[in-house]
Amino acid sequence: MSLLERENPGVIMTPDNIRSKKLPWVINLGIAVGALVLAAAVVLGLGIGNWVLVIVVGIVFYLAGLFAAASRVEGRRSARNRLWQTLIYGACILAILPLASVVWTLVSKGAARLDGDFFGSSMNNIGARDPNGGAYHAIIGTLEQVGIATLMAVPLGVLGAIYLVEYGRGKFALTVRFFVDVMTGIPSIVAGLFILAFWVLIVSPWFNNGTPRFSGFAASLALTVLMLPTIVRSTEEMLRLVPGPLREGAYALGVPQWKTIVKVVLPTALPGIVTGVMLAVARAAGETAPVLLVAGGAAAINFDPFAGNQSSLALYVYGQAGDASRYAPDRAWTAALTLVTLVLILTIAAKLLARRNRLT
Amino acid sequence: MGDYPSRSASTGAGGSSVTARHARSAGGGISPIPPDDLDGSRPPLGGGGALPRKARFSMETGFRALSTAAGAMVLVIIVAIAIFLISKAVPALQANTENFLTYKAWFPNDAEPKFGIAALAFGTVLTSVIALIVAVPVALGIALFLSHYAPKRLANPLGFIIDLLAAVPSVVFGLWGRDVFRVPVEDFSVWLNKYFSWLPIFGGDGPFGRSILLGSLVLAIMVLPIVTSLSREVFQQTPLMNEEAALALGATKWEMIRTAVVPYGKPGVIAAVMLGLGRALGETIALALTLGIVFNISFNLIESGGNSIAANIANTFGEANATGRGALIASGLVLFAITLVVNMAARAIIYRRREFRDSAA
Repeated sequence: MSLLERENPGVIMTPDNIRSKKLPWVINLGIAVGALVLAAAVVLGLGIGNWVLVIVVGIVFYLAGLFAAASRVEGRRSARNRLWQTLIYGACILAILPLASVVWTLVSKGAARLDGDFFGSSMNNIGARDPNGGAYHAIIGTLEQVGIATLMAVPLGVLGAIYLVEYGRGKFALTVRFFVDVMTGIPSIVAGLFILAFWVLIVSPWFNNGTPRFSGFAASLALTVLMLPTIVRSTEEMLRLVPGPLREGAYALGVPQWKTIVKVVLPTALPGIVTGVMLAVARAAGETAPVLLVAGGAAAINFDPFAGNQSSLALYVYGQAGDASRYAPDRAWTAALTLVTLVLILTIAAKLLARRNRLT
Repeated sequence: MGDYPSRSASTGAGGSSVTARHARSAGGGISPIPPDDLDGSRPPLGGGGALPRKARFSMETGFRALSTAAGAMVLVIIVAIAIFLISKAVPALQANTENFLTYKAWFPNDAEPKFGIAALAFGTVLTSVIALIVAVPVALGIALFLSHYAPKRLANPLGFIIDLLAAVPSVVFGLWGRDVFRVPVEDFSVWLNKYFSWLPIFGGDGPFGRSILLGSLVLAIMVLPIVTSLSREVFQQTPLMNEEAALALGATKWEMIRTAVVPYGKPGVIAAVMLGLGRALGETIALALTLGIVFNISFNLIESGGNSIAANIANTFGEANATGRGALIASGLVLFAITLVVNMAARAIIYRRREFRDSAA
């Protein structure tokens, strides 16, 4: 039944009758309730599943019923539109569910060991039957490794971005840019293996009487490899946003290009660069695999990142997750909560800083 | 394009020698490059040439060399990764008494090392592909919702939350998958096995739980934000003219999306999916915690089992000796090669479309 057939030649066209008919929301709701009841009757009647299946079957029935009803009232094209809209809204709800579950589990399970002992002690001499033990050594490790990695990655990354924006041209710059993008996709475990092969197995014996040695610094190197492309990419985007007239103004005053970059371009882009760095730091702080491969993990406090095994928060979570002690899961969840809090604070601060950035 | 003062060699008043020098220095890269002009085919904007250089080795030369070196560092690192991984993998591969590519078990620490990548590579690809099959439709749905359906007041915070999802460390997802998500997946597996055991992928007699299904679903949740945020940006860049033209021809909203938004965003979406694939292939800790760690090649999704290259490295690194480490590095080399190919293909697709080049992260 199309619009044309419904039209009455004697009637004057008004907005009320030229507009196509809409499915009233009451019918929509009715279909939803009806579909759920029908699904419950079918599923529970046949005894083939529980309430989860009722909801899934109910959604299928609802979509079918909605499509049929909308086809009758609004026409087939409009019905298809409605169907897809419902599916797209559904996808959104479906994605929120696991996130909500993760957050709820983190808070409810992580609160168990959220005490001073957890943040003030290490796992040294903690046996399987000891309920206490903490993550102090892991927090130290995370801070030192990520800090050193940031110290190495930021100058390198910012200079690389300056090359791409200010100096680079031609084939070589394009190649560098392409591989920066490719490098963002390198798996963290490969970065860990690279530092294992390069630093731990080949270079570190030179400093340690010929025996390879794990260290927090090796973890920093691996994290640098992971942070570098992210920092180059975000800094590059920020430098490109700096208005050309600012540079030209400096050139017109006779300022050489390097000084223009250091004194004019970088300060203008600074908030954006800091945002990118903070996001990179947040990602690096959550990396487990490279630390596992090159820092080795440790139970005791080790302040020296250049000698001896070190742990990190992410590695601590992984280690406690694999521990057989019945107190380990609590420690793992509390450490996970600490880690997520740290990462989210960095991320949210970065995003808020980005919002205040006048360049974007 | 006529107003580049430093390039107008016929200005006359300044004397030919001065203008000539300016023209040279402007062409030599002293001025900012417009973002859409990377290959330097157009004359530089503004063209603010510097003063004539005094010294051969000035700060300028030094700074330029320093930043060029930093840029080249990226290439050096990628080449170094390949070189060092190969150098450590070759001795282990020579000691291997089985075929590395077809053998299905992992005993590199024995006196006669036997290890092969077949089962691991299969598990890596299988979990990633299933994760993408689950994640991509949902991610595209969310991307369309954020770009075309949601009101701005809702779209911004929701996009923010999706970005936060990307920041959650993988070890947390792994822990959640093992401690929390395993229970519903196990129930679901039992149910699937009860009614669909005639399908080989849902067959078997248990135990269920730490299966490929669990690993893939956790992986799907982890790649969701990447695919979502990239395709959202691509969808948002659809020219408003195209959308309005479709609507003006009487298209419904869905028809507009199908005829204007999706065709425009297709290359970007393909690239986003491949970047998600690259991320899924390399994921380590979440899979090490959720897979059953069994060395076999089986399409059974719900029985405890499954393994991947990265998860195997994390799980067996602790007890590896020198050959064992070499073997793990060899498997990492395979992973590196796979992800490099996937990522390069994705980036090549993005680079072909100039509009996407400067947006997608």
